[in-house]
Formats: sequence, structure tokens, C-alpha cells
Amino acid sequence: MLNALEPFITVDGVGKNYGAVQALQSVDLKILAGQALGIVGHNGAGKSTLISILAGTQMPSGGELTFAQSGISLPGYKVDQAQAHGIRCVFQELSLCPNLTVAENARILHPAIRGVGWKARARRLISDKLDEVFPGHGINPDDEVGDLSIAKRQMVEIARAFTKVDSPIHLIILDEPTSSLDAIIAQQLLTHLRGFVDQGGACILISHLLEEILQSSDRIVVMRDGGVVDDRAARDFDRGTLVEAMGSVAKEKDEARKAAKARQQESEALVSIRPAQQSDGRRLQAFSGEIVGLAGLSGHGQTDALIDVYQQKRRDTQGPAKTVPMALVPGDRQVDGVFPLWSIGMNIVIGSMRQLTRGGLINPQAEARLCEDWREKIAIRTPDMNNNILSLSGGNQQKALFARALASDAEIILMDDPMRGVDIGTKQEVYEMIREEAGLGRTFLWYTTEMDELEHCDHIYVFRNGAIVADLAGDEVTEQRVLHASFEDGAEGGKPEAKGPEAKEPEAKEGTAS
Amino acid sequence: MTFVPSARLLRSLLPAFSLTVILIAIFYLQPRAMSYFGLNLLLNLALPIAFATLAQMCVIAVNDLDLGIGAFVGFVACVGATWLNESPVLGVAVLALCILAYAALGALIHLRNLPSIVVTLGMSFFWLGLALLVLPTPGGKAPEWVRAVMTFKAPGMPTTIYASAMVAILVHFALMRSAYGAVVRGVGGNPRSVERAGWSILKAKMSMYALAGFFGVLSGISLIGLTTSADANIALRYTLLSIAGVILGGGEFVGGRISPVGAVLGAMTLTLAASFLSFLRISPDWQIGAQGAILIIVLALRVLINRAGKK
Repeated sequence: MLNALEPFITVDGVGKNYGAVQALQSVDLKILAGQALGIVGHNGAGKSTLISILAGTQMPSGGELTFAQSGISLPGYKVDQAQAHGIRCVFQELSLCPNLTVAENARILHPAIRGVGWKARARRLISDKLDEVFPGHGINPDDEVGDLSIAKRQMVEIARAFTKVDSPIHLIILDEPTSSLDAIIAQQLLTHLRGFVDQGGACILISHLLEEILQSSDRIVVMRDGGVVDDRAARDFDRGTLVEAMGSVAKEKDEARKAAKARQQESEALVSIRPAQQSDGRRLQAFSGEIVGLAGLSGHGQTDALIDVYQQKRRDTQGPAKTVPMALVPGDRQVDGVFPLWSIGMNIVIGSMRQLTRGGLINPQAEARLCEDWREKIAIRTPDMNNNILSLSGGNQQKALFARALASDAEIILMDDPMRGVDIGTKQEVYEMIREEAGLGRTFLWYTTEMDELEHCDHIYVFRNGAIVADLAGDEVTEQRVLHASFEDGAEGGKPEAKGPEAKEPEAKEGTAS
Repeated sequence: MTFVPSARLLRSLLPAFSLTVILIAIFYLQPRAMSYFGLNLLLNLALPIAFATLAQMCVIAVNDLDLGIGAFVGFVACVGATWLNESPVLGVAVLALCILAYAALGALIHLRNLPSIVVTLGMSFFWLGLALLVLPTPGGKAPEWVRAVMTFKAPGMPTTIYASAMVAILVHFALMRSAYGAVVRGVGGNPRSVERAGWSILKAKMSMYALAGFFGVLSGISLIGLTTSADANIALRYTLLSIAGVILGGGEFVGGRISPVGAVLGAMTLTLAASFLSFLRISPDWQIGAQGAILIIVLALRVLINRAGKK
């Protein structure tokens, strides 16, 4: 290991352009051993480009990388060199092979695991590391990755980055590592990361959860428009200054957040279902114009409940929901969100085909008009809506998916934790849009794992083990209550404090969350 | 969750199950087939189809599809029945070139980011044309040693069964159990992830295409060992048969999910299905449709198993 607080890599004037677009302009940065470096910034601020260059998967257009051990190694710096220098990277989008087992995925990362008995070694390597980072993970190394939940896949990928075969690990880069993990598992990861840094490792952490960055990093770099705009010790920042430095205006908490609307119990609910595992008579209900939150730890049946609501239409069971058009904004946009081969425009209008057809054929003018409307309304950052959807950054892809749902004639919009890994500026825009649309009478069912987002809901159902355990209306919603309900008498009983640090400064948070 | 591995197990047993069902049905209809001679007749043509299926599987493993394999096997057969017989050195050199051509095809498809379907479909006409140049009219003569190998009578069971089992196990170890096999299948599953780990996708694709070419050569040579002469059109239907075999054997079109043992079993099932339909006295006009029906039944079973596994 290197000496603590000595530069492991010095980044000197590194830039990157894609054609005319300057994704990264002349970044200078020192990555120190024994320090956790947090990077924050909006979508398109250049974070992902920067780490791709560090990981060797993209060639910079100019500049130098200097390694403490071996001097300058640009150009010609590639993935294998990065690995030889002990750099490991967990990318934002999950990058495991779904058709291989957990152990085989571990082997992909380590060319050195080969020859007779390689499978046994790979198996031991990954399960030891999983045990170490995420005790009680419940993952079998012979499971096929495609069969695992998204949270478990992320755990495997993180543990894989920490596995060591022949060369030591000097730098771990984590891009949105906790986006699919619930609070306890995220905490396990951050604790492990701290141990790694304390032993002299370097680490780069990218997250849109500012609390997480403030809590886990020693130093924070703020990026904006492809450059570094601030670089200070983490203790010199707080949530407010961080958001300010990122350039998004910390808006005052929207006073228009109405006191919870009294539920019109006399009128019939638009949606009313009973979760499959519900033993008592509680139902998930939503009335017209409401924003209903589905809270709780990730993977406790919220998505299933949304799908139930959606399918009620198909199954033709009771309730008026069967006649109401619905749209779903998916959370896992790679798997069930975007059509990767289509343009941005086509991805948006596909939800509104009925409105756009005349005599069974698509009306191209109406289609183009709808595209342009939504491009303005939702501010998708692209020169041309005919570009491929994958040319957008993750947050902008998610915006396009929102546009798809909102452009359609759906009266009920189901949201399956759609803001995962989306930057705070984009979130604000979307929150505003949701409020607006709810004001116009649309109904939202919103599964979210982020406490901040519950503030936007009129009514919240907390899920645990597939059933509703709490039912909070407007002003009853507090972080403590939701946490309490999520953890109550579960196996994790004693740990509602897992997210504790965030709970103690609500003023700062509300400033950005509304 | 305890259902998941068992669903996977069921899925992997399905090819063997389908083969058994077809065999039992044949034995029921025609008890005399239950002999060395009968089995030999039934499975005679299984080996070339199994090789072609394995070739297809290699290409499917890296998320591509080879629509030229049938024409390629036909070309190999023509080379085998002419040059390989008359001047073995030239014949072997041409066949080696064929394998290299396949590797180059893989490189071309990867580097230029072309759809494999288009490239291989184009190549199918190229192979067919070459085959007609080499052997304009049906004929030629298979080399003696090839015929000797293919008509060799092994003790106990027909040679085809031994050979198929051996090939299936060999390929299983090469692709499913070896460390590099995991990388190759990873290319089918998530090429970006494999690339980020520092592997060359180009190399993986070229080796799989070369392997496909190699199995294509084996298919053509074993075919003329049985037919003793060749014809440019002799194996055109292998293209679709090989795809069906891979899918029947538990493979999937995308995502690097393949099964070499399943593919060989799938090829045998398809071969037997043709005989089975003849035994049922279904007119040849309907046989292709009936084969399709068998395929649909097996795939429907697979979907049912998958669905049960998800619950």
C-alpha cells in the first residue's frame, strides 16, 4: 500500500470531447491514498466520463495521468493497465453477465483464475468477499446472476470489485453504488469502504444522495459542465453549500404543498387493491388527483403492488380502475424502460399511439409535434429528438420515460422507484411536473426508496414483507414514522438508526427536496 | 427461491426428456427399431446434423446467427468429395482456409458492427456458388478413410451414439467448464462488461466463429462419409435444422445461454422426429409442419417450466 495522503494518481488537464460536445474539459485532480473522495454534480457534469478515463475504458482527448508508482502512462492507457495499477470500478449501470453464475462473473474480472479447479477458487473468492462486505447476503455463488434481484446483483458487483487475486487494489471507484440497495445494506457497504480507506486504499464515491457523500467521504469534488468547480474537505460542506456549488438553486420549500387533502371517503377510490400477502383488511387506495407514496425498504412488495394495480385492468376485477388508462414509469430502465434501438422521440410517443393514429396509420406531423412539445416541457438535453435514446445520459433517459407516461392519455401513473441514480436538478424538475399533473387531476402511485421524495406525497403506505404495515396521511408523514414502520419487529428490528444521520437536520434537507 | 435451481435443472433435462419421448414413441410404433441395426438406421444422419448444430451454437453463444452454415456444409462436402479425395494436401489446405475464413467473418462482423444475419446470409450464396464451381453436378467420391470411419461398427451401440456423446462432452468441457469458456459466454451475456474487464471481444468472436467453421467442416466430411458422394445443395436445410437444434437443446437466441449437450440431443431429436413422422405414415408434405409442431410443443414446455420457476 502507498503512504496515506500521498497522491496515487495525479490527473493533469484531462479532457474529452465527443465530436463537438465537450464532456470533460481540462480536469486537474489528485487522488490520494487513504482518502475517500466524493464526487458530486449534475447529470452530464462529466463524472462518468472522468471515471471511465480513470478505469481505462475511454481514451481521453488530451491531458496526462501520472501514477505514483510508474510515472506517466498516457496515451495507450487501457483497461489492462488500469487493472495492473490496482484500479477497480463499479459502473453506474450494472455490468455483470446475466447468463453466467456469480462465480463465473468473478472469474471474468480475474484473468489469473484459470486452469484446473478455477471454478472452486472463483466460488470461494466471491463468497468470502460477499460474507465480508455484506454479512447475511443470502447469495449462492452458483446462482445465475439473471435470477438475482437487482439489489443482489449490485451487491455481487460491488463485492467482485473488492476481490483480490494477485495484484493489490489501490483505488476503488463506485458510481452510484447504493442506488438499488436499501439503507442497511448501503450502510454495510459504506462501513466496508471506510475500512478499506483506513488501510490506505483510495476510493472515489459518486452518489446523488448528498447525505451519503457528506457522511462517507473525506474530501468532496464538485463538478459542473465538465469541469471541477470545487474541491474541499468534506467537513467544509453541508447539504446547502454542496447543492449551491453544483449549481442547482436550493429552492425554498414549496409553500403550496397543501395540507393533506382530506380524503373523500364518500367517493369511490380510483384504485383499490389488497396486496397478496396482506392478512388484514388493509387496502392500497388512491383517489383521483392524489399522489400516493409506496414506502419501505427496497424489495418489500411495492413493485408487486404496482403491477397488481396495473393488471387489475386486465383481470377485470372489481373497481373502476379497469376502465382507467394507466402508464408505468419503470425503475430498471435498462431492462424494462427504454427501447435501446429507437430514437428519443420514438421512445416518447410509443405510449401515445392511440392519439396519434388516423385511419390506422401514424400521423407523422402529430408525432413530431408531440415530441417537440415534450422536449420543451421536460427539457431533455439533446440537439435532436431523432438521436438514439442511448445518446442521452441516464437521468435524461429517465426523463424521456417520464415524458412517455405523461404524454399518454393515462390517468393513473405508476412509478416504480424511477428516480434511482438521477441527479438532484432533474429530480426537482420532475417533482414539479408531478405536482402540476396531479393538480390537473392525474393520480400517481409512487414507489420510492428515497425519504425526500415522500414529502411530495399526499398519502403514504409503508410496505414490509409484501404487506402494508402503515398508512400515513399528509401531515402524519415523518421520516421517523416511515422508518419505524419499515423496521418494526423485523429481523432488523434494532436499526432504524441506520439512516439516522440524515434524519437530524431536516431543515437543510427540505430546502432541496421540495 | 428454492424453486429456481430446480427450474433450471428441469430446463436442462428437457432436451433429454424430449429425446426419450420420441424414442419411446418410435419403439412403440416399430418395435423392430429397438436393435443395433434399427438404431443405426435411425440415427445414421444424426452426426452431421449434430456437428452443424454445434457450429450454430458457437455463433449463437456470442449473440450472432449463422444463416450460411447449410451452404457452408454443402461446400465442404463438395470439397471433400473431390479435392480431398484426389489430392489430400490441397483438400486439407482448402478446409483449413475455410476455418480461417470463418474466423475472418467473425472479425468483420465485430469490427464493422454488422448484423451477422445479413453477412452470413450473403455468405451462404458465396458458399453455394463456390460449391457449384467445385462440383457442378452431383457426384464425386468420398475418400475411403472417411467412409471407413463413418461406417465403422462399434460394439454394443451404433458409432453415432458414441461419437455424439464424446463430442457433446468435449464441447461441454470446452465451453461450459473451462475458464475461457466463461468469458466467451460472457460476451454473449454482456459484452461491455467483458470488455471492461480487459478481455478482447474480437478474439472471443473470432475463436467462436473459427470453432463454428471447424464444426461445419466436420459436419460436411461426416456427411459425405455417409452419402459417399456430394451435391452443392446437399445440406441447405441444415441452416434451419441447426438453429432448431440449438433452441430445442435449451439454448436461447440472445444472451449467451447455450448448452452443448442439449444441442447434440436436440439434433438427435430432430433426426428422430423425421423417422417418427414417417412411422406415423404422415405424408412428406406434412412432415415439415409436423416437425414444427414438435418444436412448438417442446418450447411451450420450456416456457411452462420457466413460469413455474418464477413463482
